[in-house]
Amino acid sequence: MSHIDKATVAKIARLSRIKIEDDKLEPLAGELNNILGWVEQLEEVNTDNVLPMASVVDVKLRWRTDEVTDGGKRDSVLKNSPNHEYGFFAVPKVIE
Amino acid sequence: MTYIVHGATGDFEIVVGLEIHAQVSSNSKLFSGSATAFGADPNTQVSLVDAAMPGMLPTINAECVRQAVRTGLAIGAVINKRSVFDRKNYFYADLPQGYQISQFKDPIVGPGVVTLDMGDGVTKDIGVERIHLEQDAGKSMHDQHPQYTYVDLNRSGVALMEIVSDPDIRTPEEAAAYVTKVRSILRYIGSCDGNMDQGSMRADVNVSVRRAGEPYGTRCEIKNLNSIKFVRQSIEVEARRQVDLIEDGGTVVQETRLFDPVKGETRSLRSKEDAQDYRYFPDPDLLPLEFDDAFIEAARATLPELPDAKRTRFVEELGLSDYTAGVLVAEKAQADFYEVLLDALVTASKKDMASVASKAANWLTGDLYGALNKAGKSIADTPVSAGQGAELLALIEDGTISGRIAKEVFEVMFETGKGAGVVVEEKGLKQVSDTGEIEAIIDGIIEANPNQLAQYRGGKDKLIGFFVGQVMKATGGKANPGVVNKLLKPKLDA
Repeated sequence: MSHIDKATVAKIARLSRIKIEDDKLEPLAGELNNILGWVEQLEEVNTDNVLPMASVVDVKLRWRTDEVTDGGKRDSVLKNSPNHEYGFFAVPKVIE
Repeated sequence: MTYIVHGATGDFEIVVGLEIHAQVSSNSKLFSGSATAFGADPNTQVSLVDAAMPGMLPTINAECVRQAVRTGLAIGAVINKRSVFDRKNYFYADLPQGYQISQFKDPIVGPGVVTLDMGDGVTKDIGVERIHLEQDAGKSMHDQHPQYTYVDLNRSGVALMEIVSDPDIRTPEEAAAYVTKVRSILRYIGSCDGNMDQGSMRADVNVSVRRAGEPYGTRCEIKNLNSIKFVRQSIEVEARRQVDLIEDGGTVVQETRLFDPVKGETRSLRSKEDAQDYRYFPDPDLLPLEFDDAFIEAARATLPELPDAKRTRFVEELGLSDYTAGVLVAEKAQADFYEVLLDALVTASKKDMASVASKAANWLTGDLYGALNKAGKSIADTPVSAGQGAELLALIEDGTISGRIAKEVFEVMFETGKGAGVVVEEKGLKQVSDTGEIEAIIDGIIEANPNQLAQYRGGKDKLIGFFVGQVMKATGGKANPGVVNKLLKPKLDA
């Protein structure tokens, strides 16, 4: 059985860019372990030769033809951004 | 072929694998209906799907699937009739979704092979582990404003094929040859335009070093190389860095690095603290990608003759040398030009294809390439078309002009874009094959040179060259050399 510790919660939070106070890490680890433990009950079922189920309904992936049907809506695309200049999104400088 | 990095304590060999990102040639994006054309104004080719607005759902572009299958077939790869799209999670300003839709566990194309021609008939097979479909990210510009990074999402969501090689490459030259060959195949089948300077094709290079007989060393990945020259240089520089590091007692850390061609060095790109952890999982917005054998066979039916097959045919059926055939097939545009030229020449001269194939190849790789190189042009913007080239060569074949005159005619054609027949007519370069006319000239020359005639008859056979030269001079090079030789000898020997 997998076990989530405090450090793992902190790591997942950082990767997801979610700020979690130190005193919340331990309780969260407990909650996550409960969820995982609950799901792990499924391991009692023998799933040899059973394909992973991608959907509960019997549908296939829908394909589209290669046509330009969208775009040309810069104002809508930029509308919700806090800042944009010359048609670009303007974000705090990312330096690597 | 081996490439050895000489260290202070011994020799190291290099182990290299490549990931090539090739933009699929399609009108619209992988999961949305916005355009993919290069060079549009920022954020004008962005749909709400590409901008990752809440509630937007991806729908796959059939053409991108078809092109990935064709690419797999072109390298003899396994095609997976069922593949799965996964989310690769990371944060970056030009990735609005916060994840890239890619294929992790079940890619659309499985193992295949790319065969490299290393010269002198030597070939080397490089394994391709897989090809998968994924979305491109947007473009960030860091140098336009002191406080801001500008982001353009036009590329966001454009379909890429990631072509992952096995770590089979052992020299920088093999890496360059591999990228060249993959680009050639992509261009032949038209699944990617292969333009590295426009970013439609770029390479990530994985480099490690080891002493002979040792297991693989730790590798570093050099990201986003946009020319074949940089692929070669970055491998040389990175291998040297790793050898120096190991010999100084250090250890190579697995990381992503950036190649700086100006400084000729590689630099660490991401901090160790943010070690890559993409947390892949199947994208719940997309069902598995499935198709049947009929879809694969329909894709296979549209494949053109590929470079390796074309090269073999040129050698076996047309009698070209392996080297010449290799030069001709390397770029699709060249091979196409040659085949149009040859067909037109066969039609115009009514000669057998094999008998004129070498002549056409020599003219193309010698005269035309030479002139194009000198003028800084490519085959795409040649002033002399394949049809015009065939007309010129046909004039040699039917004896209208000599090979020497043809070079003169070609120069005028290249400068003016005029047809061969027109140039010959205008400049009065038509070869003289009229025996009566040539005979009269020969008689005159023999009469004017009694000394040379006496010496020739006295046993100096080689003087026949002198007489031929005089005849050619008298006719301005227009006399048919075959006719001259045939008429001259009996008269001298008489």
